[in-house]
Amino acid sequence: MPLTPVLSAHWDEADSYTLDGYRRHGGYDALALAFAKQPDDVIQLVKDSGLRGRGGAGFPTGMKWGFVPQGDGKPHYLVVNADESEPGACKDVPLMLANPHSLVEGVVIASYAIRANHAFIYIRGEVPHAIRRVASAVREAYAAGLLGQNILGSGFDLEVTVHAGAGAYICGEETALLDSLEGFRGQPRLKPPFPAVAGLYASPTVVNNVETIASVPSIVTNGADWYTSYGSEKSPGVKLFAVSGHVERPGIFEAPMGTTMRELLEWAGGMRKGHRLKFWVPGGSSVPLLTEEHLDVPYTYEDIAAAGSMLGTGTPMVFDETTSVTRAVTRWLEFYKHESCGKCTPCREGTYWLVDLLRRLESGVGSDDDITRINEVSAQIAGRSFCALGDAAATPFPGAMKYFADEIALGTHTAASDLYDPVAATVLAGVNA
Amino acid sequence: MTVTTASTSGDTLEPRPDLVTLTIDGVETSVPKGTLIIRAAEQLGVAVPRFCDHPLLDPVAACRMCLIEVEGMPKPQPACAVTCSDGMVVKTQMTSAVAGEAQRSVMEFLLINHPLDCPICDKGGECPLQNQAMTSGQGDTRFDGPKRTFPKPINLSAQVLLDRERCVSCARCTRFAEQIAGDPFIELLERGSQQQVGIADDVPFNSYYSGNTIQICPVGALTSAMYRFRSRPFDLASTPTACEHCASGCSLRTDSRRNAVMRRLAAVDPEVNEEWNCDKGRFAFRYLESDRRLTSPLVREGGELRPASWDEALVAAANGLKTADGKTGTVTGGRLMVEDAYAFSVFTRRVLGTNDIDFRPKGSSPEEEQFLAARVAGRGLGPTYADLEGAPAVLLVAFEPEDESPIVLLRLRKAAKAGTRVLAVAPAASRGLAKLDGTWIPSVPGSEATALQNLAPDVVDLFGQAGAVVLVGERAAASPGLLTAVGELCDRTGAALGWVPRRAGDRGALDAGLLPTLLPGGRPVADAAARVDTAAIWGAAEVPETAGRDLPTMLKAVEDREISALLMAGVQLDDLPDGAEAALRAAEFVVVLDTHDHAVVQFADVVFPVAAAPEKAGSFVNWEGRVRPSSQPLRTSLMTDARVLSVLGAEMGVAGLESDPVALMAQLEEFSGWEGARVSPPSVAGAPPDPGPGLLLATWRPLLEATHLQSGEPYLAATARAQEVWLSTGEARELGASEGDMITVTGASGSVTAPLVLAEVAAGAVVVTGNAHRALGASGVRVQVAVEGQG
Repeated sequence: MPLTPVLSAHWDEADSYTLDGYRRHGGYDALALAFAKQPDDVIQLVKDSGLRGRGGAGFPTGMKWGFVPQGDGKPHYLVVNADESEPGACKDVPLMLANPHSLVEGVVIASYAIRANHAFIYIRGEVPHAIRRVASAVREAYAAGLLGQNILGSGFDLEVTVHAGAGAYICGEETALLDSLEGFRGQPRLKPPFPAVAGLYASPTVVNNVETIASVPSIVTNGADWYTSYGSEKSPGVKLFAVSGHVERPGIFEAPMGTTMRELLEWAGGMRKGHRLKFWVPGGSSVPLLTEEHLDVPYTYEDIAAAGSMLGTGTPMVFDETTSVTRAVTRWLEFYKHESCGKCTPCREGTYWLVDLLRRLESGVGSDDDITRINEVSAQIAGRSFCALGDAAATPFPGAMKYFADEIALGTHTAASDLYDPVAATVLAGVNA
Repeated sequence: MTVTTASTSGDTLEPRPDLVTLTIDGVETSVPKGTLIIRAAEQLGVAVPRFCDHPLLDPVAACRMCLIEVEGMPKPQPACAVTCSDGMVVKTQMTSAVAGEAQRSVMEFLLINHPLDCPICDKGGECPLQNQAMTSGQGDTRFDGPKRTFPKPINLSAQVLLDRERCVSCARCTRFAEQIAGDPFIELLERGSQQQVGIADDVPFNSYYSGNTIQICPVGALTSAMYRFRSRPFDLASTPTACEHCASGCSLRTDSRRNAVMRRLAAVDPEVNEEWNCDKGRFAFRYLESDRRLTSPLVREGGELRPASWDEALVAAANGLKTADGKTGTVTGGRLMVEDAYAFSVFTRRVLGTNDIDFRPKGSSPEEEQFLAARVAGRGLGPTYADLEGAPAVLLVAFEPEDESPIVLLRLRKAAKAGTRVLAVAPAASRGLAKLDGTWIPSVPGSEATALQNLAPDVVDLFGQAGAVVLVGERAAASPGLLTAVGELCDRTGAALGWVPRRAGDRGALDAGLLPTLLPGGRPVADAAARVDTAAIWGAAEVPETAGRDLPTMLKAVEDREISALLMAGVQLDDLPDGAEAALRAAEFVVVLDTHDHAVVQFADVVFPVAAAPEKAGSFVNWEGRVRPSSQPLRTSLMTDARVLSVLGAEMGVAGLESDPVALMAQLEEFSGWEGARVSPPSVAGAPPDPGPGLLLATWRPLLEATHLQSGEPYLAATARAQEVWLSTGEARELGASEGDMITVTGASGSVTAPLVLAEVAAGAVVVTGNAHRALGASGVRVQVAVEGQG
C-alpha cells in the first residue's frame, strides 16, 4: 500500500504551520463548502465518511455529533482532546506542530455542525511548543476572520480557547478533561449523563481527538466517497501511524487504514541494524502486545481486535530482542500507578499492588505465586474500575504472558537486567562499550 | 400455554406510571422512577456492601464495593449509581458469583493499604470497613508487600483529625462538606494511592458542621480530638436524646460510659435533622463535668452562701417566698425542658399566686409578647422542616440560620438546591445567605419593618404562592414594629409563619405559658374561659386574673419595692438586660434553681441544684413546635426543676404538684387545641432609627462562643470563627480602610477591634460578627468606626 499523505502532505514545507502555508494548498476552502451546507448535512457527511475517533476508542464521529440535542436552548461546546499522553502515542503533537490550521479549520466545521459557538482545545501541558503553535494558528485565524463573529459572512460565530492542561494522563479521559477544563481536579465523571447531553458546564458537548477533527476538512473537501475509498468498510479512511522504538527511522506515516505493520516497518527502515523484532504494541501501552506473527494483520479496528489486541491510537511501539518484556511491562505499570487518579479502588490499589509484584519479577526475586497473582490482580481490575485507565492498566501483563510466559517466569530467579542489559535496548548501546 | 393476566384478583393494584418494576435476586419489586439499585435492594432486605454511597449525598461510584450484576450489561455495575429501569434483572452478591467475586476483589484492594490497627482505632467495633471485611471479604490477604504510610495524624481543624493511611478515598467527607454544608474547605488531593483528604494551608476548615464528616467516615480516618482514644464503641451505652443547645431540635445519640458522656452523634431523624447535627450539639457537653456544678443546696447566712441540707433549704425558701406573699416574680432561662417549664407555669400561678413570669431574660418588648401569644404559642406543629423543603419561597427576617439555628440552614440549603427561593431582610448579605443562593433585601437595624412594608410587588407575590414560609428570628423583638410587620405580611400573603428562637427551651416555655399574659396552650390570662379551663386541669380553685409583669417591668418593680422576691431558673447574668444587677441586689429574697454556680447564684438567698438535660428524661419543643423527647443517659441524685418545685410547693402548703415528666407532659397535652380567644396581634408602628453620627451596629451572637454550655471543650472553642468587622466598599473607602485592616468599633460601653471584611452591607450599617453585644450593645445602637489607632 502506498503512503497517502493528507494531513501530513506539506509537513516538509518550512511554513506548513502558518496560515499562508496552509492556504497555499487549499486550506480553509473546506470551510466555505461546509457553510454552504446545513449543519445537519455536515453531520450526515461525516457519518457517511465513516470517520472514527482517532483518540483510541474508535467511536463513529458523525454519530457522536448527532447525539447533541438540537434546539434545546443550551449552549453547545466542542472540546478538542489534545492531551495526547498515551505511552507510545506521538501523532497529535506533531500534527499540531506542523499543521495546526487543519485542526482549527476542523474545529470551525465541527462547531458549525453541532451548533457550538465556543470551542476549546485542551492541550497537554508538557508540550508548550505545540501549545504555542496552536495558539498562534488561532490568533492568525481570528485576524483573518476565520474565527470570531460572522465567519466568512456565514453568520456563524465561534470563539476558540486554547487551554493548557497541567500534565495528568487522566485528563485525556474525556470527562476528566471536562472537569479539568472547568477548573476542577481532573477525575472522571459518572456517566450518564454523557457529555453529549451534559458535558462542559453541564451543556451538550462533543469531545473529539485532534486527528479526528483535523481529518474533517479533507472529508468536506473531497467527499465521503473519497474517504471511504480508503481502508475497510468498518475502518475507512487514512490515518497517521506513528512508529517508534527499535526501528531505523522512527516517524509518522500517513497511510490508509488496513496498512500492515510489515509495511510500516519497511517505511521505518526496518529494525535497527543487527536486531530482530521481538514484539510490538499496535496502539499505545494500553493495548495487548503482538509479535512477528502479526506483522501482516491489516491495521483496522476489526482485524487488530481479531488478532487479540486493539488499534488504539494507531501508534505502534516496536521492540527488538534486547528488550526485557518484564521490564517493559513493569515500566508501563509504573506509569499507570503514577497516573491513576485515585478515584476508584481497583485502579488506585490494583496498580499499587501490580507494581510491587512486577518489581519483584524484574529484580529476579519473584515467585510463581507472584505471577499468578499479577494475572489475578489484573483480572480484578479489568471491568471494575471507574474509567478505562484501570482497564488499560490491567492489559499489558496478561498480553505479555500470552507470548512470553517463559521469559517472565525467569523473574523468579534472575533479574531482568542480568538477562537483558538495559543499555543495549537504548540508543546508548555500544556508545561506551 | 395459557396466558393469565395479572389482574385476576380484585386487590391487584393498577400499575403506576411513576413506578418501574424490576427483579432483584429473583424477587420482583416496583420502585419509584429514579430509585438507585442499592436503595431498591435495601427495600427487599438485601444489603449490598458500600463505602462511598450515602443516601443523602450524590452518588459517586468511587469505591466500587457495591458492584452487582445487571443482565445485559457486560461489566458489573455499581448499585449505588445505576437507577432502576423497567424489566431490569439485577443479581447481587446473594445470587451472582460475578457480583460476589467483584465485591471480594474490591474489599481485598481496600485492605492492601489499610493498616491493621483496628485494636487501637476509634472506629474499631463500629467500622463499616471492619464489618464488611467480615461479610464481603475473604478473611486473609494475599498482599505481602509494604503498605503505604503517612505521618499521622494531621489536623483538618482543631477538632477534626485525619489519619490518612486509614482513608479509603470514599469522598464522603469532602462531598458532605461541599454538598450538604456548603463548606468546601476539604478536598481530595494528590493522585493514585497517594490520594488523600487535605486542606489548604491558609484556609481553615471553617465549618459548623465538621463533626458530621467524622460520623460518616466509613473507616477510622477522621476522628475528633475530644474523643480520640477515649473509648471503645462496645463499652458505650447509647441513649436517644434531644439536643439542649438550640431550637433546631436535633435528635442525638448520647454515648456514655461509667456515667459520663463520652461522645454525641447525630441520630437519624428524617423529619428534623436527617442524619446531621452541628458541632455545638456534637461536642459541647463537657459543661456537665465542670467544677462549677452545684451539688447541694445553698443558703445564705451572714452574707455568705453555705451548703445546707435539703430540709433546711426548702424551709428557708418556703419562708422567704411566703414572706413575699405573692409579690414574687419568676424568670426562667433557655435550658428548661418543657416539663420543667410547665412546672414553673403551674408553681408561679398556683403557689406564688401571680402571673409575673417571663421566659425571655434577654429583655424583650411587649410587642414580642403579644406577637408570640397571638401567633405562636400553642399553635402546634408547623411550619416544619418539610415545609421549608417544599416551599417555593422562604423569607428570613432578623435570622441568620447558620449561626442561630444551624440545622435550619442545612434544610434551607437542600431546598434551595432543589429550587426554593430564599430571601433575607438583613443588614448584610452573609456567607450563610450565599450558601442558600439567597436574595438579599438590605435593611439597616431598626428599619426592617419599613423594608417589609415596602417589599417589591414581585417579592410579595412570591409569598402569595401556596407553601411559602416566613421565618423570623428572636432578634426581631429588638426592632420596633418588625414583628407587627411580619405578622401583617403573613396575613396579607397567606405565607406560613415560623418563629425561630435561639434556645432549646424557648418554644416549650412559650407553649407552657411562661409569659405574664399567657397560660399554657396559648390561652390568654385575660380570657375567663381560659382561666376556668386552666384551673380545672390544675384542680385549682382559680388562677390569678391580673396580667403579670414582663421581665423589664419586674426588674423595675423590684427596685420600686412592688416585687420583693425573685424565683430564677437557668438564668445567667449575661442574659439579663443592662442594670439587672441593681434589681437583683435590691430584691429582698432570691431563690435560684440551677445546674451551675453562675454569677446569678451570688445574688441568691437559697440555691437548689438541679439536674442538667442529660441527667433527666423530658423533652424540648423545637421551633417547628415539635416535641423532641429525650431519654436520660446519666444517673444522678439531683432532682429536676419540676421535682424541686413540687416539694417546695408542698412546703408552702400546695401539696401534690405533679413532677413526673410523663404526667406533666400528659397534663400539658390537655391544653392543646384551644379554640377560644387569643391575645390580639401587636400593632406597633415601625420607628426607623433617627439620623445620627456614626453607623448602626448590626450583630448577632455566633453559634460558637464562650458560654457556659460550651465550656470545657477547648477543641470546639478553637473552631469558633474569628471576629470580623464588615463594611460596604463605600463605607470602607470613606474610612480609607481596605480589606484586612484592623477596625475599631466603639459603642457606648466599650469597643471591639477586628479585621475588616468588605461585604455587601446596607448603607449606614456596620456588621460586627462574633460576640459583640457585651462591648457594643445590641443591633441598632450607633457606633463609631475607625481604622485602629486613627480613631
